[in-house]
Amino acid sequence: MKQAELVIIGGGPAGLCAAVSAASSGAKVLILERNNALGGQLVKQTHMFFGSEKQYASTRGIDIPNILLNELDKYKENVEIMTDCTIVGMFEDGVITVIHKEDKYFKVKPEAVVVATGAFEKSLVFPNNDLPGIYGAGAVQTLMNVHGVKPGDRVLMVGAGNIGLIVSYQLMQAGVKVVGILDAAPQIGGYLVHASKVRRMGVPILTSHTVKEAIGTDCIEKAIVCEVDNKFQPIPGTEQEFDVDVLCISVGLTPLNELLAMRGCEMKFVPQLSGSVPVRNENYETTVENVFAAGDITGVEEASAAMVEGYLAGLCAAAKLGHKSDDFEEKKADYIKQLDSLRAGPVGEKILSGIEQILVK
Amino acid sequence: MFEKTGVPSKEMVREIFPSIDRINKGPVAVIECYKEIPCNPCQTACKYDAIHVGEDINHRPEVNRDNCIGCAICLSKCPGLAIMIVDGSKSEETVQIRIPFEFYPLPKEGDTVKALDREGNVLTDVKVVKVLNPKSFDRTPLVTFEIDREYLYDVRNIRLEVQP
Ligand SMILES: Cc1cc2nc3c(=O)[nH]c(=O)nc-3n(C[C@H](O)[C@H](O)[C@H](O)COP(=O)(O)OP(=O)(O)OC[C@H]3O[C@@H](n4cnc5c(N)ncnc54)[C@H](O)[C@@H]3O)c2cc1C
Repeated sequence: MKQAELVIIGGGPAGLCAAVSAASSGAKVLILERNNALGGQLVKQTHMFFGSEKQYASTRGIDIPNILLNELDKYKENVEIMTDCTIVGMFEDGVITVIHKEDKYFKVKPEAVVVATGAFEKSLVFPNNDLPGIYGAGAVQTLMNVHGVKPGDRVLMVGAGNIGLIVSYQLMQAGVKVVGILDAAPQIGGYLVHASKVRRMGVPILTSHTVKEAIGTDCIEKAIVCEVDNKFQPIPGTEQEFDVDVLCISVGLTPLNELLAMRGCEMKFVPQLSGSVPVRNENYETTVENVFAAGDITGVEEASAAMVEGYLAGLCAAAKLGHKSDDFEEKKADYIKQLDSLRAGPVGEKILSGIEQILVK
Repeated sequence: MFEKTGVPSKEMVREIFPSIDRINKGPVAVIECYKEIPCNPCQTACKYDAIHVGEDINHRPEVNRDNCIGCAICLSKCPGLAIMIVDGSKSEETVQIRIPFEFYPLPKEGDTVKALDREGNVLTDVKVVKVLNPKSFDRTPLVTFEIDREYLYDVRNIRLEVQP
């Protein structure tokens, strides 16, 4: 069995920042990431990010992993990184089980762990939703921005949250026609600057609309769309047809929480945080001692918040293992202030009301 | 309606626009950030203390039009691509508009392109005056075009004829 001081599960923005702050405090850190590259969702975000300077605002998402990896490199004597490692279990005795490259299986027993596995996409139920050409927005973005493959020629986007709006814009940048963006909600969920950006390209946004059915033989050829009433029920007679070869589903994410549940952390379903999330204290430690969580797994939010949560969890985990840096209090107060400021406006209201339900003082 | 369509009303646009007097004096930033979001790179980017968001980064940016010289640094820094520069000092019939434009192919100086409104409708043909794409803009090029003053409050985008 491999020994480790602090294991970080997931090398997305939250995991990388947790590693930076723990390693800089003096803890020996092992990052385990299932993909072959680090960065999590950032590797496909070609647009500039929001936030403030401290969260690398106005930097493109794809460029942030390198900034964080350079930072991590300063403490390289304290850091080990293993990619192609999927954590498949977290047990009561603290043992973590890992599959490496689909054939090697090994165990690690760390003194503490930060779980930063992020979130996964929700899907939508409608007839023929399994036809080829119907993708999640993550898949479309990965094909296009990671592998340089056009997913199709005519796309209908389902979901007018930030992800649906941003992926629509990126599809147009790749030369793909976006015929429209639907959302069942009566209002656009994403930032209106993103909505305006696609609107002035001539893409219609249809709120209070949903997909009724997909039609096609070997792959999708048409999408039937209809209006919904204020109880999200289809209004008969409002059907419209769109000729498309791609239907892109972007109806939100939900925390990837199985490992924490398996470990016995107390979980709570909180709609404002988009799913079942761990009960935690202000240090991002769960109800199981020395098991920390950070990023989208604690509530689906933004990379900006995920990074700061990562810094905070890594700092506190290291401190618990006896690596309390001299400027611990200062740093902790700064991270808390940054999170408060990201969540201070109308966008943060929902998140704050969710956090209230899982925070133990 | 804005929350349903993503298209700001004419009144909303008028409200954030500088006066014609100010526009005639020279280039000035117009920021279309109508809703509070946690974001402040425009303020950080401005070297002339002309954009104020404040301590709470959720506040909407305010432009100090006396300080603003229309340098356009903020255009390529705004993640929402919500800023443009308007300059009415060059001609009495036309204004020059500078917008961020992240699409290939880029237009060239002297090209004729379609000017579009905030819904993507074609307003008129316009001539491209300048295209800037230095490394410091980090892949957000800026395109300046000249347009008849009657479209001042409507124009917000351009489209090249070679379109997918
Ligand atoms: C289209 C789109 C646009 C976005 N735009 C913005 C934006 O403009 N600004 C912004 O701030 N945020 C944005 N976000 C959100 C941002 O990407 C996420 O909030 C952020 O990536 C969350 O970070 P994380 O580290 O918690 O999770 P992730 O980035 O999802 O990283 C989790 C990592 O854990 C790994 N992992 C998962 N399970 C395991 C396991 N069992 N074993 C090992 N490894 C595992 C994954 O492979 C992944 O690398 C956007 C998201 C999308 C999809």
